[in-house]
Amino acid sequence: MERIPILKMGKFLLVTIQVDMHDRLVMTLQDDLTHKISATGARGVLIDISALEIVDSFIGRMIANIAGMSRVLDAKTVVTGMQPAVAITLVELGLALDGVQTALNVDRGIMLLEKLIELEEGGADLESEHDHDSEH
Amino acid sequence: MITILNTDIKPIQSQADIVYVRQAVRDWALKLQFGIVDQTKIITAASELARNAFEYGKGGTMKMESLQDGFKKGLRLTFDDKGPGIENMDLALTDGYTTGGGLGMGLTGARRLVNEFDIKSAPGQGTTVTITKWK
Ligand SMILES: Nc1ncnc2c1ncn2[C@@H]1O[C@H](COP(=O)(O)OP(=O)(O)OP(=O)(O)O)[C@@H](O)[C@H]1O
Ligand SMILES: [Mg+2]
Repeated sequence: MERIPILKMGKFLLVTIQVDMHDRLVMTLQDDLTHKISATGARGVLIDISALEIVDSFIGRMIANIAGMSRVLDAKTVVTGMQPAVAITLVELGLALDGVQTALNVDRGIMLLEKLIELEEGGADLESEHDHDSEH
Repeated sequence: MITILNTDIKPIQSQADIVYVRQAVRDWALKLQFGIVDQTKIITAASELARNAFEYGKGGTMKMESLQDGFKKGLRLTFDDKGPGIENMDLALTDGYTTGGGLGMGLTGARRLVNEFDIKSAPGQGTTVTITKWK
């Protein structure tokens, strides 16, 4: 069966969507990611959609579902590389993608994930200089 | 006066066909030299309506027409199915209304993404949605 590969990089899972996915492939990716988050204990999920020419309500729902699922599994989700025309269209379509964090590109996405996790582990201490905060 | 420059019909009988519909609309929008935002909007609207025709209408067709109106060029898409039709049009055209566990944003969203939107449906007789995007 056709699948979108999921890469594990340290404590993160990385997905790069390179093809125009039919709906079943979208569902498979959602299931695969959910399983993989819980199997690996990943702390973050990065989904790069820079190659996607459109995000319709179906893919929008998948992204929201993945973000919701990873929240439950104690992981953060960041979507990277959304093209400006896609972002404009999404807003007009009426999809808010509430609770989904976005970043300009993969590099910044990784930085954002690191930051989000650090903030969480730092608890109330929100100062970003504390790079080497020990685990509690 | 509106002249039809080109016309074609695509089947919507499978999930793969929904992908082909998106690609065909993209090709035509490119040929008509639509800007990237208009292109993205009409492909997204087509994706929503093709999925509705497949999921609720039990499959159907998309007719594509490239249009010329004076100096203006446009793309008109007609989605046609012979499914159960829509009983309550007002509800179906409400943001968030769904009978299929979706987000209920397909019809209303598609309507916002194009310049002209027309929907005809009668219970038991199928549904026809026509959208036009002008350049
Ligand atoms: N071609 C059709 N034939 C029959 N019923 C339809 C058709 N298209 C839409 N409907 C009805 O209108 C409702 C709203 O459609 P709409 O596309 O807005 O939302 P959805 O498909 O339920 O969810 P989404 O598109 O956001 O994933 C559908 O749930 C369905 O009941
Ligand atoms: Mg729909």
